[in-house]
Amino acid sequence: MGVLDSKVPQGPLAEKWVSHKNEINLVNPANKRNIDVIIVGTGLAGGSAAATLAELGYNVKTFCYQDSPRRAHSIAAQGGINAAKNYQGDGDSDYRLFYDTVKGGDYRAREANVYRLAEVSGNIIDQCVAQGVPFAREYGGLLDNRSFGGVLVSRTFYAKGQTGQQLLLGCYSAMNRQINRGKIKSYTRHEMLDVVLVDGKARGIIARNLVTGEIERHSAHAVVIASGGYGNVFFLSTNAMGSNVTAAWKVHKKGAFFANPCFTQIHPTCIPVSGEHQSKLTLMSESLRNDGRIWVPKKLEDAKAIREGRLKPTELAEEDRDYYLERRYPAFGNLVPRDVASRAAKERCDAGFGVNKTGEAVYLDFSDAFMRYGREAVSTQKIENASEEQIRELGVAVVEAKYGNLFQMYEKIVDENPYKTPMKIYPAVHYTMGGLWVDYNLQTTVPGLYAAGEANFSDHGANRLGASALMQGLADGYFVLPYTMGDYLANDIRTGPISTDLPEFEEAEKNIRGQMERFINTKGTKSVDYFHKRLGKIMWDKVGMSRNATGLKEAISEIKALREEFWKDVRVPGIIDGMNPELEKAGRVADFLELGELFAKDALHREESCGGHFREEHQTEEGEALRDDENFMYVAAWEYTGEPADAVLHKEDLVYENIEVKTRSYK
Amino acid sequence: MNLTLKIWRQKDAASKGGIQTYQLGGVEPDMSFLEMLDVLNQELIDKGEEPVVFDHDCREGICGTCSLQINGEPHGPDRGITTCQLHMRMFKDGDTITIEPFRAKAFPVIKDLVVDRSSFERIQQAGGYISVNTSGNTQDANSIPIPKDKADAAFYAATCIGCGACVAACKNASAMLFTSAKVSQMALLPQGEVEADRRVLAMVEQMDKEGFGNCTNTGACEIECPKGISLENIARMNREYLRASVK
Amino acid sequence: MAKSALLKSSLAKKYWMAFTGLFLCLFLVGHLAGNLQLLAAGEGARDQFNEYALFMTTNPIVRVLSIVTFASILFHVIDGIILTVNNRKARPEGYVSFKPSTNSKWSSRNMGILGTVILAFIIIHLINFWGQMKFGGLDDTVYQTANGETVKDLYTLTIRTFQDAEMGLIWAIIYLIAMIAIGFHLYHGFGSGFQSLGINHPKYNTFVRRVGVGFAIIVPLLFAIIPFYIYFVLEKI
Repeated sequence: MGVLDSKVPQGPLAEKWVSHKNEINLVNPANKRNIDVIIVGTGLAGGSAAATLAELGYNVKTFCYQDSPRRAHSIAAQGGINAAKNYQGDGDSDYRLFYDTVKGGDYRAREANVYRLAEVSGNIIDQCVAQGVPFAREYGGLLDNRSFGGVLVSRTFYAKGQTGQQLLLGCYSAMNRQINRGKIKSYTRHEMLDVVLVDGKARGIIARNLVTGEIERHSAHAVVIASGGYGNVFFLSTNAMGSNVTAAWKVHKKGAFFANPCFTQIHPTCIPVSGEHQSKLTLMSESLRNDGRIWVPKKLEDAKAIREGRLKPTELAEEDRDYYLERRYPAFGNLVPRDVASRAAKERCDAGFGVNKTGEAVYLDFSDAFMRYGREAVSTQKIENASEEQIRELGVAVVEAKYGNLFQMYEKIVDENPYKTPMKIYPAVHYTMGGLWVDYNLQTTVPGLYAAGEANFSDHGANRLGASALMQGLADGYFVLPYTMGDYLANDIRTGPISTDLPEFEEAEKNIRGQMERFINTKGTKSVDYFHKRLGKIMWDKVGMSRNATGLKEAISEIKALREEFWKDVRVPGIIDGMNPELEKAGRVADFLELGELFAKDALHREESCGGHFREEHQTEEGEALRDDENFMYVAAWEYTGEPADAVLHKEDLVYENIEVKTRSYK
Repeated sequence: MNLTLKIWRQKDAASKGGIQTYQLGGVEPDMSFLEMLDVLNQELIDKGEEPVVFDHDCREGICGTCSLQINGEPHGPDRGITTCQLHMRMFKDGDTITIEPFRAKAFPVIKDLVVDRSSFERIQQAGGYISVNTSGNTQDANSIPIPKDKADAAFYAATCIGCGACVAACKNASAMLFTSAKVSQMALLPQGEVEADRRVLAMVEQMDKEGFGNCTNTGACEIECPKGISLENIARMNREYLRASVK
Repeated sequence: MAKSALLKSSLAKKYWMAFTGLFLCLFLVGHLAGNLQLLAAGEGARDQFNEYALFMTTNPIVRVLSIVTFASILFHVIDGIILTVNNRKARPEGYVSFKPSTNSKWSSRNMGILGTVILAFIIIHLINFWGQMKFGGLDDTVYQTANGETVKDLYTLTIRTFQDAEMGLIWAIIYLIAMIAIGFHLYHGFGSGFQSLGINHPKYNTFVRRVGVGFAIIVPLLFAIIPFYIYFVLEKI
């Protein structure tokens, strides 16, 4: 097993979590009052962990770079949250959710973790409803569900297109309750810049107050990293502008292994890039694929005519359209998992069928849905002799009620009316399955250092299914960490407060200050964004949706060179002791420039195609991903040794005892 | 497009600020407003000047971080959107655009266009929650049926993103729309009804402490709210508070 | 907490504002009903109006109501001043560019100015009539009631005021301006009062709004007609 011990409990799959909870150590309530926990990041994972740990009695300090915990990027999740409630009676169960998630992740996730996730999923919904999260309901007053990509049941709970927002506000309200009680101290506009290890254990962090610029020391008995994913290494992604890898990367440099960095999800339904000035990409919920049909023209000349504005998509006859997902994957059609849908779009666009100026867009068309819903409305409203136009209008109203906010968002950005002409979409970087390696207890390879939510690598394998990120974040925070951390903290009841005057804190603070000074004093010629954009281009072109050995090798050396150039030539205006967003960005991009290289290295070493990782050398004749279970059914956990290039690979073999490993097929 | 930008610059909370004028060329209609500011900042950095600091994060209109009073209106001239969703096609070549921070005693300026909205946090901390523990051992989610119209109304109140445009637009810098949205969400749901009285009293008390103005029902907040939060929520809070305070 | 909440909180101030405001709307209706009697012509008009005036000054219930009315005006004014001062304080540094006209109605933003105009008018109005009634000025015209008592002749005072060769039309115009101010004040205030008291329901909002607009137009209009009618139409006395 090497140095990686996953600490998965013995026993049958369905009993592991219960028996584990029964066996681990607890901290008595009086002692909890003497234990401090630091949580970095206040999205669904960090926020829920903070609320529950504080509820249990620990003293919690939370840190977020935003001006409020409520603004963490979990808020932008649209579609929904999965839970194996089987309210629809369509055959759902914990096992089926577990099975779908493992299969959706292309058999690269740890069985026991995923099963636990499925097991607590129902609890999440109960918890959220009790907190006042206003999920969508049916007229009978009960909760409504919808289906999402890659599964055959309806298990997704949602609140219009704002599920993430509602869940995060629920979680934030639970935090607020604890803030009001004095059990959580919330540090907003603070960025964690390093973790402090004392005797090999995580004992605190160094954070910068982004308003005053002050570099602060905070101590605790354990530290949780819940800082989200690293999709912004691509510069353009659907992540928030501030989303960054710094917290995760800094702990990686202090000894926490980084797992599967190359597993990145490219989301198929995003609004295409409009120009050079673009600062970020906007996603539209995958739920649109429930009713929208994806197509490109069948003939190259039609595609060309559309690109040049000579032909309108609405003028193209039905038989001249290629509904390529329905053609290639008849069983799942437009509802194939994200990685499959994204690659299929890229394949068509690379073949010259793209439909916008840059040739990087496909259509998402609701005209069939308008008619289908319209006919339904005609029959329920008992309208006789309805004209085509009338039917369409009725259908538009139904679609508007379901997806109105998304359609409006599209129109605001693109300036085209999606009720009249099909939407244009293209894949964009969205989520990172990789992250800090954690064991069953969500502890990293550093004792006392935990990672939760998108920041860890754990549950989604090589590809995440829709509506599973919210589930995982809340499961980790509400129901896993509060138990598993107790097991570790039980040994700390006699430790007492940890001094921030320890030399380890001093050393860490000195290093951070040194880095800041170096940024300011470099006085180079190029802005931070200049480097970030160049990094993003390398990543997208060579480490993006499809990868090959040559490109990856080039990427590795280009990133390394870019990193050297960055440190020589970056220009960071302003001061350290005050608000300075350029300085913040410089620190983040410096870390992305290191992560990017490890990312490419990981992608190069993984000689197979699985989930979000597609190697051109490894595909079937029809262009489907070709997995290599014999050689790569493991988690690649990288140990930092000084340079990303020198990172040491550790393997955690994945064992599937409860699931038959198959070729993932959605045909 | 070529634009004249009049932007509020202020070194820090303690310093006095003022309007500075910048000329900016090469603006495209497809750019978002914040991307236009990115271009300006890039030019400033290249010239060795300090870029304009403004709050922003998700850039898709949901996190509520971005603010800005643009030509006298929060989030600019378009409706139902945040500044990050405002596109330059709303402006014409040669326009002059005035960009200021949101102004209120309870929103002190931190730097340039960035304001401190922690007063909103404290209002929520005062009672904007339902006091259930997070054990997950609550009753089954479907054991409390909630009429769809109530659930929907609670949802619409809950879509508030806490950006502060309501305060910025209000001639009295009142935070009634924000506070009432939170109060309404909980008051409309059976789960939240139990402690509705305590909640509304505590939240209004905190709102007053923060130094927000009083509501005079001008309705500006509702018009400028990027999420279209309805004045009905304010009436509901008035009702809830009246009921709670006569008890 | 609950008790001080009803006195000191921002919302309490709003309730009082709404409550007194809506009460004053009722007062306007009563006052208008009385005044409209001035439109009557002929011999009986003087008797009718003076009897009415007598009733209004002697009936104990009306007296209580009039005290409540004065108190309401006072409260509405003081509360309004407090609110305005607080609201000014809530934004110590103003905007360089502020375009409230894009998102709200003029009347809703200028209740203070409108209120000040109305207050000035009330003072003038009281001096014109109430002061004259209470503190002399009417010695030459007295009115003999049905019971044989002698009281001051308010009818003649009113008609003379507005028929005065020099000042009559000026008074009428001053009253007209005041009524326009009241109209705008009501245009916002009527609906606003309901909103402040929490009376807002999608089903009835349109109704309340329409009644408010109707009230804001009809009541001041009828008031404003009276002086002009007296000046231009009514037989000179």
